[in-house]
Amino acid sequence: MKKMLAAASLALSLSASGLAFAEPLKIGMITTLSGGGAGLGIDTRDGFMLAIKNAGNKDITVVTEDDAQKPELAVQIADKMIQSDKVDILTGIVWSNLLMAVAPSAVAQGKFYVSTNAAPAALAGANCNKLYFNAAYQNDNLHEAMGEYANKGYKKMFILAPNYPAGKDSLTGFKRYYKGQLAAEVYTQVGQTDYAAEIAQMRASGADGIFVFLPGGMGIAFMKQFAQSGVKIPVMGPGFSFSQDVLPAIGDAALGAKASGQWAPDFDNAASKKFLADFQKEYNRLPSIYAVQAYDAAQLILAAASKASVKDAAAFGTELKKADIQSPRGKFKFNTNQHPIQDIYLTEVVKNNGVLTNKTVEKIFADHGDAYAKDCKL
Amino acid sequence: MTIALALEQLLNGLQLGVMLFLMAAGLTLIFGVMGLINLAHGSLYMVGAFACATVAAWTGSFWIGLVASLVAAAAAGAIVELVVIRRLYDRDHLDQVLATFALILMFSEGTRWLFGSFPLYLDIPPLLQGAVGLPGGTEYPVYRLAIIAAGALVAFGLYMLISRTRLGMRIRAGESDREMIGALGVDIRTLYTVVFALGAALAGFAGAMVGAIQSVQVGMGEPVLILAFVVIVIGGIGSIKGALLGALLVGVTDTMGRFLLPKLMLLFVPPAQAGMIGGAIASMLIYIVMAVILAVKPRGLFPPAHA
Amino acid sequence: MLTRENLVNLILALGLLAVPLAANALGQPFYITLATRVAILALAATGLNLALGVGGLVSFGHAAFFGIGGYVAGIVAAHNFSGDPLLFGFSGTNQMWIIWIVAVALAGLVGLAIGVISLRTSGVYFIMITLAFAQMVYYFAVSWPAYGGEDGLSILVRNQFPGVMTMVPLNYFLICYIILLLGIALFAILRASRFGAALQAARQNEVRVATVGIQPYRIRLTGFVLSAMITGLAGALFADLNRFVSPSMLSWHMSGELIVLIILGGTGRLFGPLAGAALYVAFEYALGGVTERWQFFLGLILLLVVLFARGGLLGVLAGKARHG
Repeated sequence: MKKMLAAASLALSLSASGLAFAEPLKIGMITTLSGGGAGLGIDTRDGFMLAIKNAGNKDITVVTEDDAQKPELAVQIADKMIQSDKVDILTGIVWSNLLMAVAPSAVAQGKFYVSTNAAPAALAGANCNKLYFNAAYQNDNLHEAMGEYANKGYKKMFILAPNYPAGKDSLTGFKRYYKGQLAAEVYTQVGQTDYAAEIAQMRASGADGIFVFLPGGMGIAFMKQFAQSGVKIPVMGPGFSFSQDVLPAIGDAALGAKASGQWAPDFDNAASKKFLADFQKEYNRLPSIYAVQAYDAAQLILAAASKASVKDAAAFGTELKKADIQSPRGKFKFNTNQHPIQDIYLTEVVKNNGVLTNKTVEKIFADHGDAYAKDCKL
Repeated sequence: MTIALALEQLLNGLQLGVMLFLMAAGLTLIFGVMGLINLAHGSLYMVGAFACATVAAWTGSFWIGLVASLVAAAAAGAIVELVVIRRLYDRDHLDQVLATFALILMFSEGTRWLFGSFPLYLDIPPLLQGAVGLPGGTEYPVYRLAIIAAGALVAFGLYMLISRTRLGMRIRAGESDREMIGALGVDIRTLYTVVFALGAALAGFAGAMVGAIQSVQVGMGEPVLILAFVVIVIGGIGSIKGALLGALLVGVTDTMGRFLLPKLMLLFVPPAQAGMIGGAIASMLIYIVMAVILAVKPRGLFPPAHA
Repeated sequence: MLTRENLVNLILALGLLAVPLAANALGQPFYITLATRVAILALAATGLNLALGVGGLVSFGHAAFFGIGGYVAGIVAAHNFSGDPLLFGFSGTNQMWIIWIVAVALAGLVGLAIGVISLRTSGVYFIMITLAFAQMVYYFAVSWPAYGGEDGLSILVRNQFPGVMTMVPLNYFLICYIILLLGIALFAILRASRFGAALQAARQNEVRVATVGIQPYRIRLTGFVLSAMITGLAGALFADLNRFVSPSMLSWHMSGELIVLIILGGTGRLFGPLAGAALYVAFEYALGGVTERWQFFLGLILLLVVLFARGGLLGVLAGKARHG
C-alpha cells in the first residue's frame, strides 16, 4: 500500500500541468490483489491509476488496499479508510458480495462510492443512493443484451449460471429480453471446475444455442471442456466470460464465441485508441473490460473534482452525474439511478496477430439503461 | 432422459472418481505409512499443473510438461518433507493440520509471486483432441476417456508396487509397525521421504491431467483437496482400496446428483426454482453421504486392520 | 495468586482495553474497530478452545457455529427492518440481547446435531467429519437464495442494546469486551469444575473415565455443544461489527483461522485465544500494510510457531501450562 502511494505521488510530481482542484481529494481503492480473483483487481487498479497518472494532478491521492476477495476484510479496510485515512471517495471493489458489504455503510457515513464493476440490482432500484455511482453497468445489462441478440435466429436456448445472486440476476436479465423457448435453465455450484454433467445435458437437450455466465476460472474450465466434447451448438455469454483476463488461458477453444460488451479493443474512437496505447505502454499487456471501467471511474471523479469540492456533497454529486468525460466506450451518461446509459455491442473472439481478442460485430442496444431505474427516487 | 445420456453421465462420474483417486491415493498412503494428515496435498496438485503448463508452453509439448509435472511435484514434495514434514511425524494431528495449513498459504502466495495472478494456458495434446462415438449414438471426449485409462493404470501400478516390490513391502511394514521396520535396518527416514514424494507425484500428475481441461490458477487445489479428504474418510483412512472405491462413489454420486436432483425437483416446484434448489442439494450431497456413512461406520468403509 | 501466567493474562486483558481507549483519545477510531475484532475472534476461539484445548476435540468445522451466529443476527435484523414475519408471528428484532439468545440456542442445537454424529468418530475422522458438516452448512448458505446466498446479507443499522449507542465504536467495543471477559470467566469455571476435569480426563484416558462410571461420549457432547454456543455468540457479535454476514464466515478457511488463533496463543490456555487473536490481527494488519504478499509471510510465521514455539505466545511469555 505504501508502495502504491509512493508510486502515485511520484507519478503526480513528474507531471507539470494539471488543474488545481477546489479541495485536495483522497480516494480509497479497495480491490482484490491476492488470491484467485486477483487478475480482475489488478486490471481495475491499473486502469484507475492510468487515468490518475494521465491527469497529473498534485491535489489527488489514492490509497490502495487488498481485500483478498473476503467481505469481512473489505469491511475492515473500508472502516480504516474512512476513519483513519479520511478518504472522500471509495472505489475499486470487483465483486457484488463485497460491494454489498461495503457500499451501503460507506454512503450511510456520507462518503461517495463510485463502483468500477459490481452493480447488484439491490443498489440500482428503490435502494439507490445519491452518493452511490456506478461507472460500469448494471449487473443485468450484458445478459439482457445477449437475450436480445439470441432472439435473432435462436429458437431454443440452454442457459447456465452459477448458483449465486449474480448468476440468478444473469439468467433473469437474459430471460427479460429473450422471447424464444428455453431448453433448460441450469444452476451450477459456485467455483465448480468440471462441467461434464452439464455438457452432457446440453448435448441431449436439443438446444440450438447456449448462453453461459461463468466468470473467471469457471469459464476457462467450461470452454476448454466444451471444445473437447464434440457438441457443436454455438456458445454465447456476457463479456466477462471472454474478457481479456481469461482469453489467453482458454486458448483457441474460445474462437468464434459471441459475447456482449460495452467496449472492445478495436473501438474506433480517439479516446479508446489513446487508452489502449497508454495502457499497453504502461503495463505491456492488453487491458480487459475491468480496466476500462476503472479508467472511466477515475475520469469521472477527476472531472467532477475539477468543478466542485468533494466536501460539498450536493455540488460534487451534481458534477459527477454530468459525466463530462471522453470514455473509450464512446457515448456515456448517467441514468436517474446513477448507473450508465450506454451502447452495448455484440463481440466475437478472434485471433489478431496470434493474440486472442474481442472484435466488435454489431450494436445490440443503443442508449441502454436498466430495469431498476424506475424504482429509484432520486 | 435417454440411456445414452445416463451412460455419458456415468462415465463423467467415473472420470471424476478416477481423478479424485489420484489425489486420495497419495493422501491415504501418507497417512497410512507416516500417520500424517497433509492439508498441503492440494498445493502439490497445483504445483503439478503449473509445472506442466509452463514446460508445455516452453517446449510446445504436453507430454514433456506431464513428465515435468511429475518431477516438479515429487521434488516439491521431497523438499517439503525434508524441511518441514519430518518434524511433524511425532506431533499430534492438530499441529499437522496447522503446519500444513500454513504451507497452503505459502504455496498459494508463492506460486502467485512466481507466475502472476492470471490463469495459465494448458491445452490437450493433439493426440487426445476431439470426441469419439459411444454406443447409443452420443459422443464422448477422448481426453476424458484417457483420464479414466490413466487412473486405472495408476491404480494397477500402485497395487503392483505395494504387493510385489521391495519398496511396497517396506510400505506395508511401515503401515503395520513403524518401530519394527526401523529395527530391521530399513532406513525409515528415506522411506518416508520416498513415500511422500510418491504421493506428491500422484497429486502433481492429477493436477497436470486436469489442468488441461480446467483452469490452471492459484487456489485450484483447494476444492479438490476437500473432496479428496471426503474420499479417504469414506473409504477408511490408510486404505488404498478404500480410496479407490470411495473416489468412485463420490465421483458418481456428485455427478449423478447434479444431473438428477434438479429433474427430481421439477416434480415439486417450477423450473427456475427446481434448478436452484436441486443445485443447492446437489452441492451438499456428498457431504450428506459422508455423514451418513460415518454415522454407521465411524472408521469408514474399509478401515485398516491395525491402529 | 499472582503467578507469571496470571500477570501476563492481566496485562493482555488491560492491554486490549487500553488500545481502544487510547485510540479514542487520539481520534483514531479505526484501532477501536481492530480491537473489537480481536475481542470477538478471541471469544470465538475461546469457544473452540473448550472443545479443542480442554477436550482434545480437534473440530475443523467451528466456522459453522460462527456463521450460524452471524446469520441469526443478520436474518433477525433483516426481518425487523422489512417487517416480514419470520417464524410463528415473530417478525424479528433489533435488540442485541434477544439476538444473542437466539444465536446461542441455534448454534447449540446445530452443535448437538453435528456432535451426536461426529463424536462417534475420533482422531482424523473427527477432524474430517466436522469439516464435512461445516461444508454442508456453507454450501447451503451459498445456494439458498432467500438471504442473499453468496452475496451475503447487509445489516443496514447495527442492532441496539438498551441504554447504549451501539454505532459509537467505543461503546460497541466495550460490549464485546465485557462479553469476552464473561466468556473467558465461563471457560475458567467450566475447566475447573468436575465436568471440566472429566472432559480432560476423557481426552487423556478414555478407559479410566469409563471405569469410574462416566460416559466419555456424553461429557464430550456436552463440551462440544457448549463450545458451539460460545462460538455462535461470537458470530452474532462479528456480524454486528461488520454490519454484514456472508458465507465466508462459514468457510473452511474460517475454521482453520480459529484453530490458528488457539495455537498462536497457546492451546488450552485461559487467555490463549486472546493472545492468539491479538497477534493474528496485528500480523494481518501490519503485514498487509507492508506487502501484497502478506499471506505468504503469515504462513511462514504460522509454520515457525508450530515447529519451534509449541506453547504459542503464552508458552513463550508465561512458561509451560500448569494444567490441561
